[in-house]
Amino acid sequence: MLSEKYHQEIQAILAKYPPDQKRAAVMPLLYLAQRERGYITKQAMNEIADILEITSTEVASVIGFYSLYYDEPSGKYHIQVCDDLPCALRGAEQFLARLCENLGIKVGGTTADGLVTVEAVTCLAGCDKAPMFQVQTSDGLAYYENQTVESALELITSWRKQEEELP
Amino acid sequence: MSEYILLRHRDIPDLYRLDVYQQHEGFNGFYKAVTTMQPDAVIDQVKASGLRGRGGAGFPTGMKWAFTDKKAWPHYVVANADESEPGTFKDREILEGNPFQFLEGVAITAYAVQANAAYIYLRGEFWQIAQQLDQHIAEMEAADFLGEKLFGTGYSLRIYTHLGAGAYICGEETALLESIEGKLGQPRLRPPFPPSYGLFGKPTVVNNVETLTNVPLIIGRGVDWYRTQGTEKSPGVKIFSLSGCVNRPGNYELPLGTTFRELIVRYGGGVPYGRKIKAILPAGASSSLIVATEQALDTPMDYENVPRVGAQLGSASVIVIDDSVSIDWLVDKTVRFFKHESCGKCTPCREGTYWMSHLTHRIASGQGTPEDVQLLYDVARQIKGKCLCALGEFSIEAVMSGIERFKDDFDGRVAK
Repeated sequence: MLSEKYHQEIQAILAKYPPDQKRAAVMPLLYLAQRERGYITKQAMNEIADILEITSTEVASVIGFYSLYYDEPSGKYHIQVCDDLPCALRGAEQFLARLCENLGIKVGGTTADGLVTVEAVTCLAGCDKAPMFQVQTSDGLAYYENQTVESALELITSWRKQEEELP
Repeated sequence: MSEYILLRHRDIPDLYRLDVYQQHEGFNGFYKAVTTMQPDAVIDQVKASGLRGRGGAGFPTGMKWAFTDKKAWPHYVVANADESEPGTFKDREILEGNPFQFLEGVAITAYAVQANAAYIYLRGEFWQIAQQLDQHIAEMEAADFLGEKLFGTGYSLRIYTHLGAGAYICGEETALLESIEGKLGQPRLRPPFPPSYGLFGKPTVVNNVETLTNVPLIIGRGVDWYRTQGTEKSPGVKIFSLSGCVNRPGNYELPLGTTFRELIVRYGGGVPYGRKIKAILPAGASSSLIVATEQALDTPMDYENVPRVGAQLGSASVIVIDDSVSIDWLVDKTVRFFKHESCGKCTPCREGTYWMSHLTHRIASGQGTPEDVQLLYDVARQIKGKCLCALGEFSIEAVMSGIERFKDDFDGRVAK
């Protein structure tokens, strides 16, 4: 249960909004739930609905509308490459295609070991340092800029090493 | 460039630290406002400065604040840090490099409209920045720049961050307010406007990060100093995010009225590989395409002059397009973006961007006919002026100007 494990954090989130506007806490609570499992489980969705006194359908609609929430498991590391116009003018489309080719996946696909998912996304406000991507994990988000296919593959290799060292 | 006004961290190392910020005029403006000025006097100063909204719309900032309904309470201030326009990356640099000047701007704005709570809405991708801001806010609270009864007066203020989760539309101010309220980020019908009916149904001022970052020095150093920058009608500096086909992309803080040529050639180092500038998008993917004639390149970038070459200054996200780029490809990119980001609430935008994306894809992949180009133009024309918010209206700017001004690129692609 989220409410037991994260009691203090949940109270701190609720305190940011007026007491009669509890629903405003839905987005931060969804991030909290996503951090726990890498995606938002049905159970977490119901629990958030109970905390905020709204229906689980209302919670589900928020998950569906915003692109950074996931309601099913996928790769542990999401590489999200911007291929919008300014990045495309600096070679982002070729970067994305070659990266996927090297990993043996299609855009949107996950590597065979289930570790890495590569997606094309819209503008990340890093236009002057393309090719660039963000990496989303259950721990948060990090930006990687001025990338080459080689530097991206090195990064992935370092994750694989980390995974092997995990108990 | 003389002294930086917004990107001051480029002049002053470690400006993201509270002690360093305090040593460099930090909180002078906020202290002066709260301890010596009536709230309305602060609004008058910002009106007199000529500051206009830097998020894109260019609305006079002081006037916006003055609209805040004094019959309904509480009031809120919301900082728009949803920066998501393709080609725009200026707010991110402010938030990372000069966060306290931004936070002081939020605080002065809140005092001016007598709000006791302010929210900073950051795009979800700025997760790390939000964590840093939370830390900075805690530091300000510990130093009594935020909290109860500030500087021994009766004024109290709290600032909170709120993360979005990947939706361009939330940069539209009423969609942003819906998103804070925990709803889908879809624009509201207006009127009523946020100064009378905003966050949680209360009067609310919504300003962009860059706009707010101007405020501390306007109050601290004064209006006369501020108006020495920029032009008579467009005072102040602007951060131009320069990207695309250019040697030195990046943020350039320059006086309003700097020409395109100065930005692209002198500061940006010109176009790589000896190519020629073909077109300019001055306001990111939401712009009309400017044909890069000599006259256009010598046009001052300010609110008055950019419209004379058929576009808007907007957020001043200048994307440079060289002669290796075919405009039908470019339009396919921008349309696909807007189709992806359309919130689905109003039909012209939802359906229009969907059908435009089919047509632009067909044309750009060489499978279109001359009739497709005409149909694309007709669909765009029917979207124009019929959308609930600016997203739909922006989606057609590159399409219509592209077909009107670079017809050969389309004709060449659909020729049998």
